[in-house]
Amino acid sequence: MIAKQKKKNSGAIGILDLQGGVYEHLDHLQRLGITARRVKHASDFNDLAGLIIPGGESSCIARLLDIFAIKQPLLKACERGMKIWGTCAGAILLAQKVVGEASSLGLIDIEIKRNSFGSQLDSFKSEARIPEVADDPIPLTFIRAPKIVRVGKDVNVLLKVKDYIAAAESESILVTVFHPELTGSLAFHRYFAAKCGLNPAVNTRSCSEQQWNYDSWTRLARSV
Amino acid sequence: MDKKRYELNIQLAQMLKGGVIMDVTNVEQARIAEDAGAVAVMALERVPSDIRKDGGVARMSDPEMIAKIKKAVSIPVMAKARIGHFVEAQILEALRIDYIDESEVLTPADEECHIDKTKFSIPFVCGARNLGEALRRIAEGAAMIRTKGEAGTGNVVEAVRHMRTMNREIRQLVQMPVEEVTGFAKTNGLPYELALKVKELGRLPVVNFAAGGIATPADAALMMQLGCDGVFVGSGIFKAADPKLRAAAIVKATAYFDDPKKVLKASMGLGEAMPGLEISQIAPEHLLAGRGW
Repeated sequence: MIAKQKKKNSGAIGILDLQGGVYEHLDHLQRLGITARRVKHASDFNDLAGLIIPGGESSCIARLLDIFAIKQPLLKACERGMKIWGTCAGAILLAQKVVGEASSLGLIDIEIKRNSFGSQLDSFKSEARIPEVADDPIPLTFIRAPKIVRVGKDVNVLLKVKDYIAAAESESILVTVFHPELTGSLAFHRYFAAKCGLNPAVNTRSCSEQQWNYDSWTRLARSV
Repeated sequence: MDKKRYELNIQLAQMLKGGVIMDVTNVEQARIAEDAGAVAVMALERVPSDIRKDGGVARMSDPEMIAKIKKAVSIPVMAKARIGHFVEAQILEALRIDYIDESEVLTPADEECHIDKTKFSIPFVCGARNLGEALRRIAEGAAMIRTKGEAGTGNVVEAVRHMRTMNREIRQLVQMPVEEVTGFAKTNGLPYELALKVKELGRLPVVNFAAGGIATPADAALMMQLGCDGVFVGSGIFKAADPKLRAAAIVKATAYFDDPKKVLKASMGLGEAMPGLEISQIAPEHLLAGRGW
């Protein structure tokens, strides 16, 4: 126990690799020069500076967290100071309240409603200016997205659109209901890396963001 | 379908990676699938093994049944349209489900043309036995591919054959000099631009799941280790002795496909798997994978 607590922060960001859009986040972190790795075992969380819980199906990932006893080590790492960012399904897993369902990790005081826009035909792209995160407008991709319907007093709203909140953060947790990893923008990954106390490469913008394509994730998931 | 919409459709499939999509025929089964950790359900009237047994013409399912399932679960709902039956696809789009499977499991409605999927906003997944078939479907607008396997048999051998064929052809493409691609594309029926794309990426440009014959956690892990991005399980779950246990076990084995100890644990105490069929004992005209082209 004590040995674990003394373990050094490796300066790496992990991506929870149980199901969902894992390679897409890995691709973005690598573009920023951040040490990143996929994590799926109880012992993987000890030395992480940060963790991303990716988009996917929250009911599937929540179940696997329970069955494979990953929840406790994850919570312990968070107590130790590991920051966590949840995108879409990840945000649902981190919420203290999920409308009509049991919550999973409950690490941020928000209430979230699953699949709030309708079917895949209602998925969409837009953009918004989020001054805390970047100077330029950030492209946003919503895929069968949830809506954050309420935040607690210690939670800072980063983006509100019409009747819902799309991005928010507390001291240790960041949640976005959209998918920055499915756009060419590295702004949110840069922002999260800074939150984890890491220094992402500064001059990555001109080359890395332009070279991004929607199939860029495949370079990490070659089949042969 | 504009470029933005097509990207969104490919990206929904990306969010399903590492997951299991389960065939369900009613609300109760859909709930079992969701509780077991399925990433999506395929709503249909009869699972493939029953379609195989019953014979006759298999069509799109009753939209009312699909609507009920859509209402019962919060995970994505897919449903099947017959190959070439673009009006069944229009109906499914009007029903606002999440994904259409233009499927050889149903009786084809057109023996010359697949659906022009670029005309739709809703995403399509299509079956393929090899790289050429996969790329022709992508050229027609499919946002996701699945290997066909041989549905309703509980026999994984055809799924393995199709995955290995695809991998072999991708490997050949990656290794050949670019001037050989034209000939290779001609011989194997590959759309040229997409062939170049695959050569560059070293894999399909969209998500590729395995389907057709997966009946055990080991089958699912096998397909994952062969390089697919996730699995479809059709008859394998609700034709097994204990569907709840088996569904959860296949989800576990798919997530930890590269961890034999976890796959071992997931394989224990599941009761009988669905009865399997030897491919050589099926009359050639009853093989489903040959439908489509």
